[in-house]
Amino acid sequence: MSATAVLKVARGGPGDADRFDTFEVPYTPGQSILDGLMWIREHADASLAFRFACINANVCKECVMRIDGKNGYACTERLKPGETVLEPLANKRRVRDLACDTVPPKERLARG
Amino acid sequence: MHLSTDVLVIGAGGAGMYAAIAAARTGAQVILADKNMIGRGGATIMAQMTVAAALSEEEPDTWEDHLADTLAAGRGLCDEALAEVLCRSAPERMREMDGWGVGWARAGGLGGHAGHIRQVTAPGHGRRRCCYVDFLNTGPAVAGTLRKRVGRTAGIRALSNVAITDLVVQEGSVRGALGFAFGDGAELDVAAGATVIATGGLTRLYARSSASNNMAGEGYALALRAGAVLVDMEFVQFFPIGHLAPRLVGMDPIMWDPFRYKLGGRLLNGTMEEFIDRYGGEDDGRYTATRDLATHAIRREVDAGRGSPSGGAWLSFTHVPEAELRHAFGPVIDRLLKNGIDLTRRPVEVAPIAHYHMGGVKVDARMRSTLAGLYAAGEAVGGAAGANRLSGNAISEALVYGEIAGREAARHAGSHAGGWDGGAAAATVRDTAAGPRTAPTPRTVAGGSNGAGGTSAATLMGELRRLMWTKVGPFRDRPGLLAALDRIRAMRADDLPRVPVPRETAFANELADWHELRSALLVAEAVTVAALAREESRGAHQREDFPETAAGFRGNQRVTGQAGTIACRFVPVAPEGVAR
Repeated sequence: MSATAVLKVARGGPGDADRFDTFEVPYTPGQSILDGLMWIREHADASLAFRFACINANVCKECVMRIDGKNGYACTERLKPGETVLEPLANKRRVRDLACDTVPPKERLARG
Repeated sequence: MHLSTDVLVIGAGGAGMYAAIAAARTGAQVILADKNMIGRGGATIMAQMTVAAALSEEEPDTWEDHLADTLAAGRGLCDEALAEVLCRSAPERMREMDGWGVGWARAGGLGGHAGHIRQVTAPGHGRRRCCYVDFLNTGPAVAGTLRKRVGRTAGIRALSNVAITDLVVQEGSVRGALGFAFGDGAELDVAAGATVIATGGLTRLYARSSASNNMAGEGYALALRAGAVLVDMEFVQFFPIGHLAPRLVGMDPIMWDPFRYKLGGRLLNGTMEEFIDRYGGEDDGRYTATRDLATHAIRREVDAGRGSPSGGAWLSFTHVPEAELRHAFGPVIDRLLKNGIDLTRRPVEVAPIAHYHMGGVKVDARMRSTLAGLYAAGEAVGGAAGANRLSGNAISEALVYGEIAGREAARHAGSHAGGWDGGAAAATVRDTAAGPRTAPTPRTVAGGSNGAGGTSAATLMGELRRLMWTKVGPFRDRPGLLAALDRIRAMRADDLPRVPVPRETAFANELADWHELRSALLVAEAVTVAALAREESRGAHQREDFPETAAGFRGNQRVTGQAGTIACRFVPVAPEGVAR
């Protein structure tokens, strides 16, 4: 029961103009956006940057991003047929692609 | 960038955070570094279930009883000194966590402090000994409590997104480490009077795994490359009833464990019959079979054509009234409904999943490794659980070993200040590059001269995880292990050096992937070599070609990996251990 999702992913660093890469991701219904992003890194583009740690449990909260314009967790939103647009959080400094500077300031190596 | 500290703690899960707190409260300066974010990665935060400690809150209990259950679960291979300190000190750590506001579930309801701490009987325990935080919130509560505590403890510098890649050894002592900052890819040296490895286990080496992202055996690889001894590397615990189907998002696949504690449930084969009793256990709606036995039983039923449709077993709570389900798990029942799972109407499918690693860094009861200045804590420690870990002991060991390792590391640092030599740090990189089967590190090749266009580390990691699952997983045989070993060695020798590593200046995830793969391959080889040498079945190590437990194998394998070559040495369990 395999389907294909289209993930349109915002790429680039801080201050870069909006640029999107589009990936066709095979999935079985029920799989998460995070499953799709991990598939891209393994099979299509290893350079894609996004944050995650706990993978399944929705406890680390690292994978928060904009999904079709709304903030959500990649690990709990599901892949769907057709296009899903993924963008970094709008209110945080972007590090690269979907990864933002969400590390608490005092835990950063280079401060200030 | 160069940093200097008394104690460096690598990994900020439960063990690492406790170690940092324990070191800092003796007055030591501490750097606590994690590849992910402090207190959000690692295994602790994933834990939804219970923590074992002889608190005697529900019924009289002693640490000696807890120890007896731990040793019995370990199938004769536990390091008894480590198991003893775990059981003896667990109550003190649990009380300290209680005082810090972790919120252990208490009689009298959620958040009420009137009643005693609730303790349930997890499989393999002879007493009601296991505490938890409702609902399925034990790990997040423990991690959150320690994270707050770390933030309030003077002397700890917590660094998120800092990956440690090599230890620096000089004159036989660990003097610090090398790494890089994930955020900008910048190299980093840390001089430290003592170093604690608290990086958790290696379950990410397996395709079907309950691990978080950063559990690929990096701490074991750090220890091996530095020359420290590992132990019991063949013993990977497969949790028998990990969620299999239907697809469930936003929940840890180990979640059925607490369901079984509280509600029993029935484990059934594809023909809806109970089957654990055919393998020497009992079910009968009760959750008593140990993890190794249940994993074995489910696999055998699937092999016999009596599996569930997706290749596991059924777990059914359909006989439990909805009110009881809601009383026990409240909002979790709604989360399940959102996933299309109505427990009153249908069973779910479960199957074994890589969950924990019994092996690890060989330490004494003061968490000292075989190398001066190097300590380990939590799942990174090998030996306490023998061939099979008792349910509920993982968070206990994170807290207990973390506290000891931090305190002892601070003590060592106090009497061994200084000793860092920038030349030794540089030499570490040269030695690593010179190993016979070790690839040059990205420090020397990141300029892009290492064969751009090679397969990515993420792709190779995917292949390794499937290889380990099929050939070095819950059931093993010689041909499979040899085939795995051939491929792992080829990946180390041929593929790793060809992985392109771009010099990223923002979010260096491909550099992190390269280091993860480098460590994962070394540790995968250690697991496979040790599994090949143990020609018997015992606990979590099941050989299809040697199905019986053999008295001659009652011992532990010590593993070394200097210069990139894995070597195993068998050490029989001491006679006084037999007498216990």
